[in-house]
Amino acid sequence: MEIVVATSVGVLTAGGVYLILRLRAFPVILGLALLSYAVNVFLFSTGRLAINMPPVLQKYGEASYTDPLPQALVLTAIVISFGMTAVLVMFALGAFLEADDDRINMTAADEDKDARKETGA
Amino acid sequence: MTHWIIAPVILPALLAPIIAFVMRHDYTLARATSVAGTLALVAISIGLTITAMEGDTIAYTLGDWPAPFGIVLVLDRLSALMVLLTSALALIVLIHAIATRWDEKGRHFHALFQFQLMGITGAFLTGDAFNLFVFFEVLLIASYGLMIHGGGRVRLQAGLQYVVMNLAGSTLFLFALGTLYASTGTLNIADMAVKLREIPVEDAALVRVAAILLLVVFAIKAALFPIHFWLPGTYSNAPAPVAALFAIMTKVGAYAIIRIYTISFGPDVAATEGLIAQWLMPAAVVTLAVGAVGVLGARRLMPLLSFSVVGSMGTMMLAVAAFTPYATSSALYYLVHSTFSAAALFLLADLVVTRRAAGDGLTAQFPTVQNGLFAALFFAGAIGMAGMPPLSGFLGKLVILDAIRDSSFMTLGWVAILLGSLLTIIGFARAGSILFWKSTAQALHEDEPESDKDEPEGDRQAENAPKPATALELAPTMAAVAMLALLAAFAGPAMQYLEGASAQLYDGSGYISAVLPEGEEAQQ
Repeated sequence: MEIVVATSVGVLTAGGVYLILRLRAFPVILGLALLSYAVNVFLFSTGRLAINMPPVLQKYGEASYTDPLPQALVLTAIVISFGMTAVLVMFALGAFLEADDDRINMTAADEDKDARKETGA
Repeated sequence: MTHWIIAPVILPALLAPIIAFVMRHDYTLARATSVAGTLALVAISIGLTITAMEGDTIAYTLGDWPAPFGIVLVLDRLSALMVLLTSALALIVLIHAIATRWDEKGRHFHALFQFQLMGITGAFLTGDAFNLFVFFEVLLIASYGLMIHGGGRVRLQAGLQYVVMNLAGSTLFLFALGTLYASTGTLNIADMAVKLREIPVEDAALVRVAAILLLVVFAIKAALFPIHFWLPGTYSNAPAPVAALFAIMTKVGAYAIIRIYTISFGPDVAATEGLIAQWLMPAAVVTLAVGAVGVLGARRLMPLLSFSVVGSMGTMMLAVAAFTPYATSSALYYLVHSTFSAAALFLLADLVVTRRAAGDGLTAQFPTVQNGLFAALFFAGAIGMAGMPPLSGFLGKLVILDAIRDSSFMTLGWVAILLGSLLTIIGFARAGSILFWKSTAQALHEDEPESDKDEPEGDRQAENAPKPATALELAPTMAAVAMLALLAAFAGPAMQYLEGASAQLYDGSGYISAVLPEGEEAQQ
């Protein structure tokens, strides 16, 4: 059980990092999504892996329970990473439509350009 | 009285949606509301600072849930100071954005601005590590919007980089928090402080991993080497008022480092003893060097200012890395100073750059209107940033030099700070003379033939000629410079307050007993 979870977190993270390093908008978005899956699974496991256990300690029941806090953390993390991914997609689309190019890194010529002169603002 | 602690978070959180939904078509109303809200924020934070001055740490339990289970907001001298700094800076930046009509160049400027304030003040006030993550996300998502305010190809591409960098940072933050939770069983900063001191050194491997992971996350925010690369691209392509507001964003990272690595992973925690300083010190030295060389090599004004921000973060972190109460108070003094000097320079750059045909490129060309006034303000901002007397940068660097005198890296630190200051002075002198002096000399040569050649040309130029800055446009820049002068004039009382703040940080028992009222502090 532990080995399966640990491997899946590892593989997801490795895939995510590899995709982010591609420096193209679409792979980077997928890579960040993979990374956020990895971190969500990882957060679940921080409360120790327990199967078929109640989330709260019952007064007269069994002494064993699964930690409810990581589940709350994961829920928050999922919501935030979902929203952030949506924002990122919008940014990537905007940049792609403006530049006709989905590169993340900027060229030396771009760095000499003044953002305000492009817009006239 | 304690309910006021949450006011700096609630107020912008309520105003922002109202501005976004009700006032989106009425700029005058949105501006008035935004200014009124920020003024109220300044008033509230002055009140909170006066409360904090009494020396007690006050915890505010959200929903009245007791501390390790519920979320707490904590008001002590440090968080009160940071909130006050944020609100003062916000007011200056907001007036500049309104006076120069930056807020009309895109949509929802004021709503995003208020959300940004909510995230920043929340990050400063919270006493819970996961809540800190949530407020980081709030301030980041608002900053994404502000960063691309006004649009344009280069700005969007730079914005995309900024978002990707910070999303990767957020994921890392979650990994760090997960590791921390797995090893200590809590994410409350005070509770963590208690639990970490109980962990035996043999079992500390996971804690050390978590500590370093967290340091990396905060270092991204604080733009420390080797993860500072996002800053120059972001700040130099962001709208200038937004870049001025972002002066506080690097300080959020610095604040988190100071807070977490004194209260929770304090120097007295056996599990991570000396670990943080060991990594922070070299990173700070290299950051300082990168900043100074960047200032020297920049070909445009905005990247030059961005690199000077990087350099000032390096200087500050060098003082933090000493981890003594005196060094931390010197770092805090420099933190306040560098926030206002960066803001002053970015705001001034906006005034100058919009009046030059070459934008912010460092090439000589015709002088703009009010050349002398701008040059004087640039000079004031530059000596503030480079650390020359009489402004607070000099005093700030002086206390930092004094504070690291007893540390193990005294020689390296002194050489880095002094050489870095020299390079920064040269860089600023070069930029200033190209922008303001060479331009005058060149104009004398080129003006003569043109004026008697053809008149209509001259008339047309006069029509397109930049308008002189109004008093309202100049006021925020001058206010920021005035803050530097005030900080230098009242350095004594300021240092006294900051020494109180760092004493609270290094003692820790006040913080812990305020957050965890029952019993737990006995183990401290």
